[in-house]
Amino acid sequence: MAVPKYKVSKSKTRSRRAANMKLERPVLSECSTCGSKIPSHRVCPKCGFYRGQQVIETEKLD
Amino acid sequence: MRHKVGFKRLDVKESHRKALKRSLITSLFKYERIETTVVKAKAVQGTAEKMITRAKTDSVHNRRIIAKDINDKAVLAKLFTDIAVRSKERAGGYTRILKIGFRPNDAAEMAILELVDRKSAEEKKDEKPAKSSAKKTAVKAEKKPAVTETAAAESAE
Repeated sequence: MAVPKYKVSKSKTRSRRAANMKLERPVLSECSTCGSKIPSHRVCPKCGFYRGQQVIETEKLD
Repeated sequence: MRHKVGFKRLDVKESHRKALKRSLITSLFKYERIETTVVKAKAVQGTAEKMITRAKTDSVHNRRIIAKDINDKAVLAKLFTDIAVRSKERAGGYTRILKIGFRPNDAAEMAILELVDRKSAEEKKDEKPAKSSAKKTAVKAEKKPAVTETAAAESAE
């Protein structure tokens, strides 16, 4: 039966696992009304606009 | 093996799902704009559109077929005499789904399901006072203290 010849170091184990843990940066587009970064095909949570129309009311912080 | 993927099961039993869909569709026709999850919105969108198409021809037969699923006489009447008339010129695509982000609690993606020919807020305002003069004064009486309240809140800030 095939048997490992050497012990796998902590470093090797961890680097192998870490290679699969990379996080992807979300792809964001710009709101055409207020210019903030938003996910595409979503109503802008900042200004409440979607495709140039006010769709939902958002709270004004100022 | 693409078994059990014909439609959205929504993790509930048949009877539960049927009641849920009826409720959502009734609410859509009643309020013209409802907030729900994207999956539920998509699950009822097709049925709702087919109902509007059928409602364009007002007949006893059509009314009875729709009444199987809409258990609210006022909403049924509204569908045939108001919504269907408004959608006369439109050949399908009476509703739209707008994605509005994720619910904080369970991170479910939320959506607005609305009628494309829904009444704007101003049109609704015009409609309400016209109904009766008694209501008109009642609405005014209610509005006045509300205005002073907001004014007071602003001055407090």
